[in-house]
Amino acid sequence: MVSHDDVNYVAKLARLKVDSTELDRFAGQLSSILGHVDKISELDLADVTPTSHVIKLSNVFREDAPRPSVERDEALANGPDVERGAFKVPPILEA
Amino acid sequence: MNLLRLTATEALALMEKGELSSAELTGACLSQIERHDAEVSAFLKLTAAEAHQQAAAADAAAGERPPLAGLPTAIKDVLCTRGVTTTCASRMLENYDPIYTATCVEQMTAAGIVSLGKTNMDEFAMGSSTENSAYGPTRNPWDLERVPGGSSGGSAAAVAAGEAVWALGSDTGGSIRQPAALCGVVGLKPTYGSVSRYGLVAFASSFDQVGPLTKSVKDAALMLKYLVGKDPLDSTSVEYPETVMIPEDKDLQGVRIGVISELQTEGIDPAVKDVFDRAVTTLEAAGAVVTEASLPHSQYALPAYYILAPAEASANLARFDGVRYGFRAGGGDDVTAMYEETRSRGFGEEVKRRIMLGTYALSSGYYDAYYGQAQKVRTLVVQDFEEAFKQVDLLISPTSPTTAFKLGERTADPLTMYLSDICTIPVNLAGLPGISIPAGLADGLPVGLQIIGKAFAENDLLQAARGAEMAIGFDGVSPLIEGQDK
Repeated sequence: MVSHDDVNYVAKLARLKVDSTELDRFAGQLSSILGHVDKISELDLADVTPTSHVIKLSNVFREDAPRPSVERDEALANGPDVERGAFKVPPILEA
Repeated sequence: MNLLRLTATEALALMEKGELSSAELTGACLSQIERHDAEVSAFLKLTAAEAHQQAAAADAAAGERPPLAGLPTAIKDVLCTRGVTTTCASRMLENYDPIYTATCVEQMTAAGIVSLGKTNMDEFAMGSSTENSAYGPTRNPWDLERVPGGSSGGSAAAVAAGEAVWALGSDTGGSIRQPAALCGVVGLKPTYGSVSRYGLVAFASSFDQVGPLTKSVKDAALMLKYLVGKDPLDSTSVEYPETVMIPEDKDLQGVRIGVISELQTEGIDPAVKDVFDRAVTTLEAAGAVVTEASLPHSQYALPAYYILAPAEASANLARFDGVRYGFRAGGGDDVTAMYEETRSRGFGEEVKRRIMLGTYALSSGYYDAYYGQAQKVRTLVVQDFEEAFKQVDLLISPTSPTTAFKLGERTADPLTMYLSDICTIPVNLAGLPGISIPAGLADGLPVGLQIIGKAFAENDLLQAARGAEMAIGFDGVSPLIEGQDK
């Protein structure tokens, strides 16, 4: 069962805010989904190798050649708060 | 002639002969949108003026026509289009204007398409009904009280309503095939790695693939031809090993087809099963050698998917933090408060649920129990397919366990909604190509036949799908197209 504390903890990790009605709802829904997922525990997986990706690719390299990159103004164009060529955010340290 | 019935292949042939112009065809689509899209809501954004211009340019061009010249196309709003707002049906990206275009869209544009606009979807492609769109649901052209499926519901509905000749979609757990089935059109999810994901807003990167939603199997092959290819901007894309062929008109003589026994009973609606069984008999009559095939771990595919895909999503959607693009909620005193406020207000319910589920599965203490185990189940699903393909060339099942359901019917319980993808998810876990073609109607609603092929064997898959399409002979169209028959 997923508890209210679990939901709060996960929400904090995921940088989401959860109000009290959501807390109940998410706890119930995540419990029900994970209950279905627990079907996996029927399987003996001790000797099975995990798959993270279906095509066997490793170390895909390209030529390390200089090429034009995005212009600064263009990169900033979608920024919700921009000042002097930079993205502006609220304080990240206490004064 | 009802232009709304034309397939891309038919339209190209007529344009080639000078019997049809792109302006006429594009105009017909745009008129249909004007007539019906207020109800259907397939499009989030129309680029009608640009479409008219592109059509006129296609008609005026001298010399050899580009291969897809003048074909009016709808694009799922999960694909970045430079200069055209790309929202992923999320408040988070309400005003996002990409500074680049997805490679697959670039390739289609280079091949000559006319772009009609961007289609509705479940927010960030998470959902099976297009009800998770922040801009309101799309409705099924066959019955406006019902969902079109999802997440590419806007693209499927646009094709089924005659609002576009064909459309681009994306499929992570069934998001092309399931809406294609529910809307009575063709939907192909290519082999993982065939089509570049550059510019496809990431949901679950090891599953996501772009593909066509069309009116015919030949159209699906035709679009695929211009989608595949290795892209230096997507390191998981590969050189497609063969030339994509347009399938021939031939029967299924000698094709070995396995009916997936595990996807015949549990949760499959009897009316869907009836249509499916009739289709199987039809394939046999067309020369296919049909046997039973088993994917013994398929019942574990859905549980594994709902750990792996949300886990990947929780990482991919971390980028939406209100700093570089997208929505930012004001009022946060510090950066953490701003992140939390932005994400809580910018994301819809289902997206938050999947982010939390994925974060939970990856969190300390649960990683091995959930994520690690799910990755092992993925191996078993891959092996099941390998075993099955030793006996048969192709596998089949219903695409969706039910026909289109009513709006609101499954929104209360996420798990019920997730079960809509029980037949399609195993294919994504294994990265294989799968296609849904119309198999017939049950109570007036379309039923899809899913055909699954070996990796990078789209040519065989499409050839068999063409054989099946001919044998089944489905010629139904939604009432919105039929209503325009003269």
